[in-house]
Amino acid sequence: MAGGTLAGHDPMAAARADPPRPPSYWQALDSGRLLVMAAAIMLVAAAFTGMAIQGHVRNVSAAFAFGGFIAFGEVLRLALPGGREAAPIAMVGAMAYALLIGLPTPGSAGQPFGPHINPNAVQVITVTAIGMGVGALPHIAAGRPSGLTGMCTRLITIACLAFIFRPLVPDVFAHLYKQGRPDLWELEFAIMAVLLLLGWLIETTVGALIRADDVGARFWVAIRDEMRLQWQLGLAVGASVLITVFATEAMGLLELAVFIGPLLVTQIAFRRYAGIRATYLQTVRSLARVTEVAGYVEEGHSRRVSHLAVAVGRGLGLPEPELLALEYAALMHDIGQLSLRDAIPGGATHLVSSAEQERIAGLGADVISEAGVLDEVADLVRCQSWPARGHDPAPPLGSMIIKAANAFDEMVGPSTDRHRSAAALDRMRQDPVAFDTGVVAVLAEVAGRRVPSRL
Amino acid sequence: MVSRPARLYIGLVVVLTGVLVTATSMAKIKGIWGLMPPAFTAPFATGHVPVSKPLIALVALVVLFLVCDSVDTPLSARQTKWSPSSAATLAAVVLLGPLAAAFVGASSLLSLRPKLRLPERMFNGAMHALSGLAAGGAYLAVGDWLKGLVYRHELAVYQHELAVYRHELAVHHQHDFAVRPQLEALLQNDLLALHRQWALVGLPNAGHFAIIIGAFAAAAAVHVLANHGLIWGIYRLNRGSGMLRREGLESSLPLLLASDFGYACLGLVIASLWHVMAWFSAALVLVTLFVARWAMGQFAEQQRAYAATMSALCQAVETKDYYTRGHGDRVSRGSVMIARKIRMSPARTEAIRFAGMLHDVGKLGVPTQVLQKTGQLTPEEFAAIQLHPMRGLEIVREIGFLYEAFTGIMHHHERIDGRGYPMGLAGHEIPEFARIIAVADAFDSMTTTRSYREAKSIEFALDQLRTGAGTQFDALAVEAFIAALDEERWPLPKPVRKPADPATVTVQDHDDPTAPLRIVDA
Repeated sequence: MAGGTLAGHDPMAAARADPPRPPSYWQALDSGRLLVMAAAIMLVAAAFTGMAIQGHVRNVSAAFAFGGFIAFGEVLRLALPGGREAAPIAMVGAMAYALLIGLPTPGSAGQPFGPHINPNAVQVITVTAIGMGVGALPHIAAGRPSGLTGMCTRLITIACLAFIFRPLVPDVFAHLYKQGRPDLWELEFAIMAVLLLLGWLIETTVGALIRADDVGARFWVAIRDEMRLQWQLGLAVGASVLITVFATEAMGLLELAVFIGPLLVTQIAFRRYAGIRATYLQTVRSLARVTEVAGYVEEGHSRRVSHLAVAVGRGLGLPEPELLALEYAALMHDIGQLSLRDAIPGGATHLVSSAEQERIAGLGADVISEAGVLDEVADLVRCQSWPARGHDPAPPLGSMIIKAANAFDEMVGPSTDRHRSAAALDRMRQDPVAFDTGVVAVLAEVAGRRVPSRL
Repeated sequence: MVSRPARLYIGLVVVLTGVLVTATSMAKIKGIWGLMPPAFTAPFATGHVPVSKPLIALVALVVLFLVCDSVDTPLSARQTKWSPSSAATLAAVVLLGPLAAAFVGASSLLSLRPKLRLPERMFNGAMHALSGLAAGGAYLAVGDWLKGLVYRHELAVYQHELAVYRHELAVHHQHDFAVRPQLEALLQNDLLALHRQWALVGLPNAGHFAIIIGAFAAAAAVHVLANHGLIWGIYRLNRGSGMLRREGLESSLPLLLASDFGYACLGLVIASLWHVMAWFSAALVLVTLFVARWAMGQFAEQQRAYAATMSALCQAVETKDYYTRGHGDRVSRGSVMIARKIRMSPARTEAIRFAGMLHDVGKLGVPTQVLQKTGQLTPEEFAAIQLHPMRGLEIVREIGFLYEAFTGIMHHHERIDGRGYPMGLAGHEIPEFARIIAVADAFDSMTTTRSYREAKSIEFALDQLRTGAGTQFDALAVEAFIAALDEERWPLPKPVRKPADPATVTVQDHDDPTAPLRIVDA
């Protein structure tokens, strides 16, 4: 914590006043990420060794078909809202390979794999790893991030499923089949559905672990966010795996070529959704700068306030949809000033009278509610001038956060000088009526880190 | 609002469907055009597995169709609705045959959408039935053709092997007794029997799945084309030609066709799954369809929200100047009209929509005193105005638009004769977007009221554009705009009265070609 009690001259202050540089790749590696990567690397090493000992590939055509499917899915990765990345088609291919019981042989449909032709867990992991690796090559060639962490997460999920399910195939499922058709497909279906649910839980948990480290969120909040954001995609992937497994068992590997069509269309739908959300955010970020270009506020003010506000919101455990509203509101919190004829000197809204502050905030909120879809954001902007205590009704938490972040940035600006921020925080602490003490405490913590946040 | 020709068209489609369905059910070519699979007509066909309970299958597919049909999804904010019901029809083609597919399609008559009126229901039912019948026909025709191809190929291979065998016999001086012709005939018959004993309609045969896939691809393509062709006909009759272009349907057409074809493939997936889980396969497929629908709905919602937010922010920018409110929206509209007229690609049209909306955003960077100055401008003040396109670019640079949108904002005050600003580009050096926006920009400035004059008439403004064509404006863009105005009404803003607050008034408009900015001579 960068408390306000630091005293004395700090010789390094000038050096620290430089804007923080983005951390390099290895600096960004943190414990959760390292753990996941280490686990995945060990898995791959073990699987490759296992394959070397086994000495041959069981059911070569299936290995190639599913490996190709996984590589294809890895090429078509999907960027989801919030800087997440998924590879649903690769996941469908890999999970289906892990859960595949048999293939039709000439003359009869659906023959379960016997003990000697059953691709074991080691082979499933090897094929998945090679497929993912091949699929990542175009991304690396195009200079995009390799997405190593995501691949490791997926590989761990697949490994868990494969280790549980593959040993069951020759022993248990062979008995379920009579004359080339499962007598109890319902049982098979139920077991697979449970395993898929388990796989989804593993993937979200590992994903949340990494994300919590990445953005500095609390683990339980991160898990809740991941689940809320991923359940639709998880459902689609799960149903697609079941379809792939049963249809391939009935019709053979060509079925993979048929099913890729609907999968692609679904993926396009998700991609378009994620794309427009990203453009939306970009546009609001850019257009919020009109107040800067028009000279109403300092250069970079809205962006800094939004970074601070989101970091504080995260520190207070806000869920992601609320964080998004908070980010929009923080970006546009000064938009009401556009209606002023002359700019407030230095853009320091916290210095003008509270009635005037409230009027400006109201004007801004009117502009935002004009859109008709951002009422929550408009409310946050409207209430940003209210004092934290003694106002009836009490302002929403987001507004209190924006008020504090705004005041902090107007006093400190882009500087990272510790004394300046300590003095600003002290001033805010001395005014517990205007600023919520809890918010200021988290703000002090965030200001101490001063790491640019991502959303 | 079903027009008279549209009624006729609907009647025609319904009658055609009725005739075709009756004809096929009477003809029952080879016995497989009917609802019942040909198991009854070919008792020795051991490789053929008919659907065990055809009636249950039919009911399940009708239910699947109705569920898909009743909850259609907007593909994007302004554009068409879409439903993945083709999967059910095409599954019926594979499992039960063309007539069953027509029956499933006709169930659209019972769609649960309450807003539909009878003519629309009739048309939907007939259209889906006709597409299903056509898809079934294509499936059987292409399937039989492929079967024949494979048969002839296999026959050739066998005959080749026979020739090799005979050659070896000759080499070893052994006698090929009278067995040969009989053996050959036997082989041919065996092969023929092998291909006769499995049928295209029924549970798909794993041993011949490649043939089924080929036939199914043809069926899906025919279904998609028939469906969209018939819909296109009704749109054209109901709302006149050019409607596709105007409502932006064109931009979503490739996506629409691709989505339809992709989900049509689910028909074969359902048929394959029928081996294992019968009607439950329809339920399983429905899960994926609903997730896709959710994603598409989210996209449309976000797109709407995006457009609304953008327009609200632009209005906020315009509050500084009472008279230019709504300017961005109208310039955007005009630019899009020109872009469509010159058949610009959908992605670029979308980009110019935003470029037009945001073209003057940089005016915020010009000090208010300069914008509202009554007298002549000093060269410095004029320079400040000349900088506004650059300021605009500075604001929007980080938005993930097409690069061309930026060039449009940056150069919308260039002139064809090279006397514009900020760069003084001339002729075709000026980016196309900028040339288009310049026309819409000047037109809107002239047709709206300014503090120093009333709004000019549309005719006057168009005359001015014609006069300036080739010197100030791009002649092609002017021509396209005039042609587009002929087809489409231009929404003139309500005449404004002078506001009470003089703080929001500009006295000179930099966009107005009839009243150029007055600048102090140096």
